[in-house]
Amino acid sequence: MWNWIQRFSSPKHFYSMSAPLIKWFSAGALLIGLYGLYLGLFVAPTDYQQGESYRIIYIHVPAAWMSLFVYMVMAVSSGIGIIWQIRLADMVAAASAPIGASFAFLALVTGSLWGKPMWGAYWVWDARLTSELILLFLYLGYMALQSAIEDQRSADKASGLLAIVGVVNIPIIHYSVEWWNTLHQGATVTKFDKPSMHIDMLIPLLLMAVAFKLFYAAVVLVRTRNEALYRDRNRRWVRELVERL
Amino acid sequence: MNWSEFFNMGGYAFFVWTSYALTFAVIVANIVFPIMQRKKVIARIRRAIRREQIELDKKSA
Amino acid sequence: MLTAYYHLLLRDLRLALRSRHELANPLIFFVLVVTLFPLAVTPTPEALQTMAPGVIWVSALLAVLLSLDRLFKLDYEDGSLDQLMLSPNPLMILVLAKVTAHWLLTGLPLVIIAPLLGMFMSLPADAVSVLIYSLLLGTPVLSLVGAIGVSLTVAVNRGGVLLSLIILPLYIPILIFGANAVDVASDGLPVTGQLLFLGAVLALALSLAPLATSVALRITASR
Repeated sequence: MWNWIQRFSSPKHFYSMSAPLIKWFSAGALLIGLYGLYLGLFVAPTDYQQGESYRIIYIHVPAAWMSLFVYMVMAVSSGIGIIWQIRLADMVAAASAPIGASFAFLALVTGSLWGKPMWGAYWVWDARLTSELILLFLYLGYMALQSAIEDQRSADKASGLLAIVGVVNIPIIHYSVEWWNTLHQGATVTKFDKPSMHIDMLIPLLLMAVAFKLFYAAVVLVRTRNEALYRDRNRRWVRELVERL
Repeated sequence: MNWSEFFNMGGYAFFVWTSYALTFAVIVANIVFPIMQRKKVIARIRRAIRREQIELDKKSA
Repeated sequence: MLTAYYHLLLRDLRLALRSRHELANPLIFFVLVVTLFPLAVTPTPEALQTMAPGVIWVSALLAVLLSLDRLFKLDYEDGSLDQLMLSPNPLMILVLAKVTAHWLLTGLPLVIIAPLLGMFMSLPADAVSVLIYSLLLGTPVLSLVGAIGVSLTVAVNRGGVLLSLIILPLYIPILIFGANAVDVASDGLPVTGQLLFLGAVLALALSLAPLATSVALRITASR
């Protein structure tokens, strides 16, 4: 079985296997995303407290979940790369970082745009937004470390270790920020936490979340293929492939 | 549904539509940049192949 | 194993004491930065007291951050780090020795001078004692977690800012609970929860940080 894993985790094998997968993931992301948007923008009822501005939730929450999900994938891939020396895992981790960071950024901006009509300010130190901001910093630190170390293997392992340390810290950071935030809550009700959501509002939210994940799958495959081509650029399989293109 | 009401989003048009526009921008960026990256990598490899070919030709000449 | 720890600890302390003039730098930085804040605002006691916990804690954070470089840089440059990694003693113990030395030279002085800064910032006496406790629990964690960051960036040229970028998010929980403990103590409220959290984080850091640091050293610093 170990030989099987080693064979299937070779970059060359991955490259040929991933081509059809990209198409499926993209198609799935597009269809589910469009349906989710349709339901969210046209079918879901108006919120009686927030009016129409709550519809930002269909972007903000999936983006936040996405940023956390991608970081987890990054950390797990890094762990696999460090422990079992599977280079493909290192490539997936490196390829995931910009995607996750862009969605963390999106979560922050949409959160800010949602906050203005809700609380009257573009930025409030809400627990979720603050945690998201720290997550963005964790992403940026990872990417900075990756690019600062010249030797590819060292860079992968070092940033991989950082991702693992980050993942251990995320619950601690999240709890600390939540706790810190409750001290300064005052009278503002945070509408980000909806304990009970109308089912017509929940379904589009979940659909968008799934669509985002499928989109990530497609994009990370494209980026990982690029990593594979670049890192193996002197190897025969890449040379032959490029000549055939 | 009345279209002008829809675009107005109950007065929150700016906030809602800017959010969706930014989402669209992030998604497009996540598509365009990897494609550009791929082109760059392939071009770089092609150049390396050509360079090595020239070296080989020089040596055998 | 314990003798190796003590030997390395004493060696680091002795080496640091040879360049005694450098030792005071983080301390002076700490006092200087805290001094900047009253100069930048209207220094009424109420205003200063409100911002005191945050200002003192952030300044302590930055002082430790700036001093982290000394942890591995000199040894990396003259090859002693390679020697340490070849040693039969577990690298974690050696890392712990170096981090202990670092804390004794950097963190502990901050704790000792904190009452002076508490006075600068009009902190009441109860709050000052909590400040000392929180810094006493927090600064070792700053050294321990900082060691992870330094071990990752030791081979990077001019990696100082990169180090800050990596470490500061990880410092945030300690900052939140440390500063809050002092803040709440100014109002005379109990701080056991916050101090327990800091203690728990210290225990966690003591067990995990040397491990992560030694793994990182083997990744980045072995030639």
